Amino acid sequence: MADNLDFLESESIHIIREVAASFANPVMMYSIGKDSAVMLHLAMKAFHPGKPGFPLLHVDTTWKFGEMITFRDAEVKRLGVKLITHINPNGIENGVGPFSHGSKVHTDVMKTEGLKQALKAHKFDAAFGGARRDEEKSRAKERVFSFRNAAQQWDPKNQRPELWNLYNTEISKGESVRVFPLSNWTELDVWRYILREKISLVPLYFAKERPIVIRDGMMIMVDDDRIPLEPDEKPMMKRVRFRTLGCYPLTGAIESDATTVEEIITELEQDRTSERQGRMIDHDQIGAMEQKKREGYF
Amino acid sequence: MPQSKNDALPRLRFLTCGSVDDGKSTLIGRLLYESSSVLDDQMDAVANESSKFGTQGDSVDLALLLDGLQAEREQGITIDVAYRYFSTKQRSFIAADAPGHEQYTRNMATAASNSDLAILLVNAKSGLLPQTRRHARIVSLLGVRHCILAVNKMDLVGHDEKTFTQIADEFQTFAKALEFQSINSVPVSALNGDNLFTASQHMPWYKGSSLIDLLETIKIETGQAQAPFRMPVQYVNRPNSEYRGFCGTVASGSVKVGEEIVVLPSAKTTRVKEIAGPSGTVETASSNQAITLLLEDEIDISRGDIIAAVDAPTAVADQIAAHIVWMDEASMLPERPYTIRFHSMSCIAQVTDLVHRIDTNTGKKIASKKLELNEIGYCKLSLDREAAFDSYSENRQTGSFVLIDRYTNATVGAGVIDFALRRASNIHWQETRVDKEQRARMNDQKPCLLWFTGFSGSGKSTIADRLEQRLQSLGRRTYLLDGDNVRHGLNHDLGFTDQDRVENIRRVAEVAKLMVDAGLIVLVSFISPFKAEREMARGLVADDEFHEIFVDTPLEVCEARDIKGLYKKARAGELKNFTGIDSDYEVPENPEILLKGAEEEIDVLVDQVLTKLGIN
Repeated sequence: MADNLDFLESESIHIIREVAASFANPVMMYSIGKDSAVMLHLAMKAFHPGKPGFPLLHVDTTWKFGEMITFRDAEVKRLGVKLITHINPNGIENGVGPFSHGSKVHTDVMKTEGLKQALKAHKFDAAFGGARRDEEKSRAKERVFSFRNAAQQWDPKNQRPELWNLYNTEISKGESVRVFPLSNWTELDVWRYILREKISLVPLYFAKERPIVIRDGMMIMVDDDRIPLEPDEKPMMKRVRFRTLGCYPLTGAIESDATTVEEIITELEQDRTSERQGRMIDHDQIGAMEQKKREGYF
Repeated sequence: MPQSKNDALPRLRFLTCGSVDDGKSTLIGRLLYESSSVLDDQMDAVANESSKFGTQGDSVDLALLLDGLQAEREQGITIDVAYRYFSTKQRSFIAADAPGHEQYTRNMATAASNSDLAILLVNAKSGLLPQTRRHARIVSLLGVRHCILAVNKMDLVGHDEKTFTQIADEFQTFAKALEFQSINSVPVSALNGDNLFTASQHMPWYKGSSLIDLLETIKIETGQAQAPFRMPVQYVNRPNSEYRGFCGTVASGSVKVGEEIVVLPSAKTTRVKEIAGPSGTVETASSNQAITLLLEDEIDISRGDIIAAVDAPTAVADQIAAHIVWMDEASMLPERPYTIRFHSMSCIAQVTDLVHRIDTNTGKKIASKKLELNEIGYCKLSLDREAAFDSYSENRQTGSFVLIDRYTNATVGAGVIDFALRRASNIHWQETRVDKEQRARMNDQKPCLLWFTGFSGSGKSTIADRLEQRLQSLGRRTYLLDGDNVRHGLNHDLGFTDQDRVENIRRVAEVAKLMVDAGLIVLVSFISPFKAEREMARGLVADDEFHEIFVDTPLEVCEARDIKGLYKKARAGELKNFTGIDSDYEVPENPEILLKGAEEEIDVLVDQVLTKLGIN
């Protein structure tokens, strides 16, 4: 009998194929994290024995963990898929970064604006994202096929009703959709699927001794020398791992001994905090995520 | 966060519905909280927001866990469906929190479309409300077969047994007319948690199961697995010339390697050569699996076809009868073309007949000319091609559709198919030997349709009349269909409401099409205010035969002219639905010919048309 993971897997493959059949120029947002890894794995299955007919897009903020970039390049090579990377040139010109400009400006410019630039430049009409509805409250109401106007904005009050598994794929010129094949997955579903399918991940998800400093109550890993340290400050070595991955200065580590997927699942089953807790950008203001999504963030 | 260890019971998808303030969000919030699905930092955030938006004084408002959008938090109501995920040791759940306000009924229908069970909340203090009945009807119509009546806020009626029994009995009586297979009633207090996870100490008289017990143990027999095999073809996978795989999700039943299948609508048959599941080749596949089928014979199959069991094919027709829930601010007009979206195919559909509207409060059938937002109607639809489908009662996946506006691309309606209409298969096209080309040759001209549109008084008819005279003098065979004149005869039964205007244009367009077919140059002079109908007319003839001529005379000029005195009447309120005054005119975006009616002499305008047509 089909179990919950089989059901989720088939539902996601259905969504991915629907995009391939209905849109002229789709792209898959690839953020290198565990959700992207699962989404990519599902896309490989959806078109087997062929390859996905669309490229991956990574919007590089230039502040990702170094290990993420190494992993990304190795995966793309291993799977033989096409990768487009984009860095917002305006951000580079103005030297935008999380330390100099704060998390909000950095994310707005390097992530949201960068993403919009890339989608516009390549005229993508559908973009897959790995977001799940259980992540955050405003995501809980987002459609699987989420319409964006020509300015790439989301209007939460005017969303298309989505019934059965009938997705409205009709758009006019310049408009686009964001598609979320993992909408109905929970964080635990993702980990159980990673275990079952033996999906490879960035090593940062697993516990290891790493150099840590404390910023705004979060354990931040010293990934390179761009992080400003106090005159006498010495990073401490702690056994930590990450529940989500993003820009290293904005991503909090958790203390953990979990070195395998099984151990992570056990840890999650007993855990009392949500994965987005380690995300600084969600806490900027009440309704922070909804605001970001209206503006075009995933 | 515990997760179901026992995956033998499939995940249960349910929705909560009921009237405003019956406590739906609080109930799901409580279910999440008690099943330990709410994490510490989420709880902290809710506690933080409770002091700002909460409606529960100093205590934590659990409804804030669900009301995700800022507008909802500020207004304290739920305006969209929120999906929530939680598990107990027995089962995993997806809960859809559907809005209670009448104007958001469409979102409730959305939540119901994917649910197997509905928790219908009733406030013990107010009893069954029209809203409760309305929601029960919609939920039943959308195929939800299990219902739990949660009589909430029992604390407000002193946990009184009689109050509960009365409400439960009243609902049972009412629901006899609906199609629920099971109805369970539970007295609860979502705020305090009574009878949600454990038996309530306040209501020792209640001997039934707690809400969570019911949710964990209810068996959902959809019959999907036992139904005949159906797989709508979603995508054709051709990575190389040797491989031709038909991808799709099994909608019902199962399929085995070697089995004979039929492809619909073509009715061609072949056998299954290989089945590729998500994790490789399999011998058999069953409902809800995303698979790829390889077939023995090379037959023509494309997206939108259904592959089915050979001994139990789907219906194939271009006419269907269906219930439609209308979801758009702009009302549904019979005869207006919409894009219809089935399982994996799209085509153009028109509602040919709105048989009746259903009063969702009373269940009564009411005669109606259009459907407004949140109304449900029983309709006959005509498709522009044959499609394969089932009735919704047989199959939710292949028996449902949505309607999409062709210009805004909004999802405007949702339909559940009742049955295929036989009419389609009994009326065939009679093949005729003499065709349009031959008739055109006899007339020694290229037939076409000149469609004049513009405000009343814009000069359409005057220009068309002068143009026809010029064409006649050049030896062309013509006919002028004038709006006013046609309304004296063919369309004398039609008024000026939106739906009558649509039908008015449809008839004229069909007549014009026949005349073009007969080889004539046809001039149509109609206000034709709606883009949808002008496009419909365009679609009836060949691309190069249709010329939209927009007589662009400003409304002020038309009103100042007021040759027929109609604007005066309309301004005085004596004439309703007058275009430009109290009825809209949708300006053509890309007319083939644009005439500035206020700026040029009539003969100059006529010359402009002739030049564009290459006649002169």
